[in-house]
Amino acid sequence: MVEGSEMSSSRDKILQRIDQALGNRTDSTDDVVERRYHQISELTAQEKVNLFQERVDEYKAATERVSEGELPGKLKKLCEEAGIKKLVLPPGIDENWLSELPKSMTFLHDEPQPLSKTQLNESDAVLTNCFLGVAQTGTIILNAGPGQGRRVLTLLPDIHICVIRQDQIVGILPEAIRKLDQTVSESGAPVTFISGPSATSDIELDRVEGVHGPRKLHVFIISES
Amino acid sequence: MKKGSQPTFEETAGTYIENAQLRRNIGHATKTIRDKRQLVVQELDDWEELREAGRQIKQKVMNNLDRYLLQLEKSVSKAGGVVHWAADAEDANRIITNLIKEKKGTDVVKVKSITTDEIRLNQALENEGIHALETDLAELIVQLAGDEPSHILVPAIHKNRAEIRELFKSKLNLKELSDEPADLAEAARLYLRKNFLKAKVGISGGNFAVAETGTVAVVESEGNGRMCTTLPDTLITVLGIEKIVPEWKDIEVFMQLLPRSSTAERMNPYNTFWTGTTEGDGPQKFHLVLLDNGRTNVLDDETGRQTLHCIRCSACLNVCPVYERTGGHAYHSVYPGPIGAILTPQLRGLDDRSAASLPYASSLCGACYEVCPVKINIPEVLLHLRNKVVLHQKKEGGFRQKTDPVHLAMKFLARAFSKRSRYERLQKMGRAGQWFYKKDGTISKLPGQLSKWTAIRDVKPVPEKTFREWWRDRK
Repeated sequence: MVEGSEMSSSRDKILQRIDQALGNRTDSTDDVVERRYHQISELTAQEKVNLFQERVDEYKAATERVSEGELPGKLKKLCEEAGIKKLVLPPGIDENWLSELPKSMTFLHDEPQPLSKTQLNESDAVLTNCFLGVAQTGTIILNAGPGQGRRVLTLLPDIHICVIRQDQIVGILPEAIRKLDQTVSESGAPVTFISGPSATSDIELDRVEGVHGPRKLHVFIISES
Repeated sequence: MKKGSQPTFEETAGTYIENAQLRRNIGHATKTIRDKRQLVVQELDDWEELREAGRQIKQKVMNNLDRYLLQLEKSVSKAGGVVHWAADAEDANRIITNLIKEKKGTDVVKVKSITTDEIRLNQALENEGIHALETDLAELIVQLAGDEPSHILVPAIHKNRAEIRELFKSKLNLKELSDEPADLAEAARLYLRKNFLKAKVGISGGNFAVAETGTVAVVESEGNGRMCTTLPDTLITVLGIEKIVPEWKDIEVFMQLLPRSSTAERMNPYNTFWTGTTEGDGPQKFHLVLLDNGRTNVLDDETGRQTLHCIRCSACLNVCPVYERTGGHAYHSVYPGPIGAILTPQLRGLDDRSAASLPYASSLCGACYEVCPVKINIPEVLLHLRNKVVLHQKKEGGFRQKTDPVHLAMKFLARAFSKRSRYERLQKMGRAGQWFYKKDGTISKLPGQLSKWTAIRDVKPVPEKTFREWWRDRK
């Protein structure tokens, strides 16, 4: 194929140009980068959860601190108040959380048959758990694990309800990146960072929440105290 | 683009400065982001350590760029992606056009990407009957208006809400629309959602690519990046070869540096990291186009090489006294501001007179260096490039260059300053000749070519007695 050979010649060209530009090099890929920045947070578990909540709130997301037992009731209340009738559920979601939701609601399961884009687009909300939370930046991290599902599930519905347990919250970003090591290098699953709802400041720098992703982000934090 | 087909910075800067609306918009934007950035950067007591780590990582990448590119090619292929190499814009555009034609696609959705603006991809696709729809709100505004972006982060900052309202009403066929940003964003949401759902091909840039794992990152706010990298069956990502980082661990450095420097947030709303393809989740075909397009020229210059460390945060634009007054259009490049002033001439070469004028679009105040999250010494590179521009003009300029008044004046001054006796003799001559121009102890008007200098500033006359003379005579 002509295209293939052209492409490989571009490849050779680029590699050759780089080799020429670098000349006699002394550097190598083994050179160590000095990482003098913080790698581990000094916050206590309590401080982490407090900071996480504060920072998520600042993004104009809603947060609620609940105990494991309170969650089904709170979820029911949220669905009533927000008028959620069609709720998307990823595989592996904790069924106990749904125990108080009215039978009249439609539950859209993504298995055995994956939901279509249209179904997702016409749903009201999605309920997921998450892989991690980062206190310092108020970030929720998804890695397509059980209870989170495919990326599109948290993208098309208008409201994202996310449940996080206190012990899933780390202090700072380097701690989260380390915990994602396996996801990235072994399973290769996609990773999504979510910090508040979708937003834009493109018009006169006025912040508007909710452009293309979910317009509302509601976070339940399960903590024991 | 033809060499020198565009005006120099000096030729049009004045026109932009006179546009009061533009200056107000840009001034407001840069000040707001600048102040916010300061607050979120102050929060981190290890900011300097992060900057230093960022610099070192990028330096390591540049010094081993070929090895990391080969490693990336391997890891992306292993993860199910296809890697293409593009030596220049034409190469890249042809590869992308063919990929889209293979898919029989005519509608393509795009995430904001300056790299694809650099290679004029949209135009190349349009010529082949393929419409690439910009999905970032500001890029959509710019595209609908047939305009050019004016800021890296907020490309439509030169337009106000009333203008955007009129634009949307006519282009999106809307009868009723207020000029509230929330309503305007809603109009864009509805229009774009339809297109996201039916698009077969998505095109994106990439903020980072991890050589070790093949993971590519898109950092964004609106969710259009997630849409484009998740919904279509085929994803094509155009990546400048300098965007590589060696290991996944390096992401922890850049994901702290970039959001705080760019949108001045602790973290921007959405970041997507994908590694090749994943069965049942997102695009099942992933193409990564590695783009050179002049980057290896930058690598070839040891002082200029650090320009490739840039992570496109735009912090340097927001602190630049020159950018703040002229806005981005005066730079006639997709890379405006201080970073553009050093990147554009190196990418395009000094034969391009528009690009070669950019190293002079600076007061050398150094604010850009101070805020740069990866410590690019922009003033150093600016001076280095000015020197290269002069040498280049000397070599290529011929007779016209040799008789250029600035060139002659500089030559004259160099001679005058090179010897003490010559300098002192010149001072004496100046003192004798200046009486005619001196009024109230200052010189406000000089004749001929020198009048340009005094048009915007006064000159201090040579004093009755210079310091050296006083020192000699003090006994």
